[in-house]
Amino acid sequence: MSNTSTSAQKGQDFEKTLDQSDTKVASFEVKHHTLLERIQHLLHNNPTLVPVIVLIISLIAFGLIAGGKFFSAFNLSLILQQVSIIGILAAAQSLIILTAGIDLSVAAIMVLMSVVMGNLAVFSGVPSGIAIIIGLAGGVGAGVMNGWFITKVKLPPFITTLGTWSIFYALLLWLSGAQSIRGQDIDAEAPFLKFFGATFNLGGARITLSALLMIVVFVVLWYMLNKTAWGRHVYAIGDDKEAADMSGIRTDRTLLSVYGLAGFVCALAGWASIGRVGSISPQSFYEGNLDSITAVVIGGISLFGGRGSIMGALFGALIVGVFRSGLRLSGVDVLWQVFAIGWLIIIAVAIDQWIRRVSA
Amino acid sequence: MTTPVVQARGIVKRYGHVTAIDHSDFELRPGEVLAVIGDNGAGKSSIVKAICGATIPDEGEILIEGKPVKFNSPIEAREMGIEIVYQNLALSPALSIADNMFTGREIRKEGWMGKYLRMLDKPAMEQFARDKLTELGLMTVQSIKQPVETLSGGQRQGVAVARAAAFATKFIIMDEPTAALGVKESRKVLELIQDVRARGIPIILISHNMPHVFEVADRIHIHRLGKRLCTIDPKDYTMSDAVAFMTGAKEPPAQDVA
Ligand SMILES: Nc1ncnc2c1ncn2[C@@H]1O[C@H](COP(=O)(O)OP(=O)(O)O)[C@@H](O)[C@H]1O
Ligand SMILES: [Mg+2]
Repeated sequence: MSNTSTSAQKGQDFEKTLDQSDTKVASFEVKHHTLLERIQHLLHNNPTLVPVIVLIISLIAFGLIAGGKFFSAFNLSLILQQVSIIGILAAAQSLIILTAGIDLSVAAIMVLMSVVMGNLAVFSGVPSGIAIIIGLAGGVGAGVMNGWFITKVKLPPFITTLGTWSIFYALLLWLSGAQSIRGQDIDAEAPFLKFFGATFNLGGARITLSALLMIVVFVVLWYMLNKTAWGRHVYAIGDDKEAADMSGIRTDRTLLSVYGLAGFVCALAGWASIGRVGSISPQSFYEGNLDSITAVVIGGISLFGGRGSIMGALFGALIVGVFRSGLRLSGVDVLWQVFAIGWLIIIAVAIDQWIRRVSA
Repeated sequence: MTTPVVQARGIVKRYGHVTAIDHSDFELRPGEVLAVIGDNGAGKSSIVKAICGATIPDEGEILIEGKPVKFNSPIEAREMGIEIVYQNLALSPALSIADNMFTGREIRKEGWMGKYLRMLDKPAMEQFARDKLTELGLMTVQSIKQPVETLSGGQRQGVAVARAAAFATKFIIMDEPTAALGVKESRKVLELIQDVRARGIPIILISHNMPHVFEVADRIHIHRLGKRLCTIDPKDYTMSDAVAFMTGAKEPPAQDVA
């Protein structure tokens, strides 16, 4: 994942010669590493490798078991479409988990903001564009509210978002009157809300815009996390908040921006979900919080913060989608799909623990 | 007499019922290594933190090069060229050496990529980090992109010291830099301290290790029960004298011996 530019290559050569010139002082203990230790080190440096390997193996395995219908362009694009909303939520969740937090309210923010957009555009005659902007701003507001409780009132993220999950869920039931907004009404009044449900043709596969949005969200967040100072600060905070504080990072401000951005991404998922589902249902995605955490964990992002790549969460979401689709096409009962996902989570966390024990 | 780099008078810091700093004075002179010694809990860490903005004192005044300052955060002190190597180093273990050296003061790419996309200039940061470590004779690490957690204790200390040395223009505070190190690694850190002093940057060195203190210090500030007891010149006193003053076993000399 990291880029080895030519200048860096040169730099390493330069370091190598330096190594030869000065090895007496504080030099490395030369240890003989076993194969297992080497694997541990490799994974430690590339935490996304596990989900990538799992994804490739599961693709091959289900291709063999379920045959051609699994590998059809139709089925693969269906998987992409099915994971798109949870994938975007997982991107938001990754931001939070990288700071060693957790957000139980992501799905509630998403559905609440889709209801806000729907109510404004379908029932109040607000132009769709403005309704969407208000919904996205609402997402930022909801995220900042979480962040405010966590940084200023110093509440633990788990408790804060457990509370706001209930609050946002109650609000969305109230705003929607526990009623869905029907697809026909959206089509008649505010078709733009369904923008991300549109599809385009790519080599026989029908790709929905929501899947494209998911990819774009991941690429943009990956850039922010890896190529900007803000991103380095996010990792430093998740790694050791006190150390980050002492080395001059404005940790509270950064955390607030992380929660605000995550809220924005959730609201974006809310907009995309309208197109993906075709209607606005207050009951939809009730398990979205846990699904997003599942994707993040399977993606090799450490729940203890500071470790892992956001791209892992994309692979994590895809793995869940591939398992669901593959098992279904192989004629396996739904309960075994749930069973398999459970094992994936436990194995992923066990691998994370093992990687973190890497010896210096 | 030249203006002291740091002059603090009557500093007080209370934590609930504990008075960590009790009307203490403090002085650092240009170009010197000032050792601060004292018992555990005497308030050594507290007083240097008050000087660099890591804690805000309840009372007292601090002058830096003769000018009164009131820091609200270590970031403000840092902007004046004051660096501190904390007792626990304040490094982010999973981030690379280069990332750690630049935490909070990253370099952005020039042009629109840096301006609008806020892209970091990683090659420049890595080159700078490599140069600084080489300058201090610390380039024994394999790669500047290595995560700090894969380094030995001495190497981590080296990274923290190199970071401070690279950015300090006024002075550096080091809180127990050799406490967790072996003999060889301690020697390296002492050499680093002398290197930094040779470049004209004064150092405040908190340490428990009397041989280390007597080896590198130009003056010794003895701290006891939250305040400065006295300052001494290591050439005029023995290590056992210093320990006796610091534990209260012996009456201290008058404040202005050194
Ligand atoms: N953040 C804090 N909260 C409460 N008490 C503190 C804090 N920092 C230091 N103290 C107390 O202040 C006293 C001086 O501590 P410190 O400056 O760390 O001493 P030293 O560095 O000389 O060992 C101790 O009694 C310590 O318990
Ligand atoms: Mg201390």
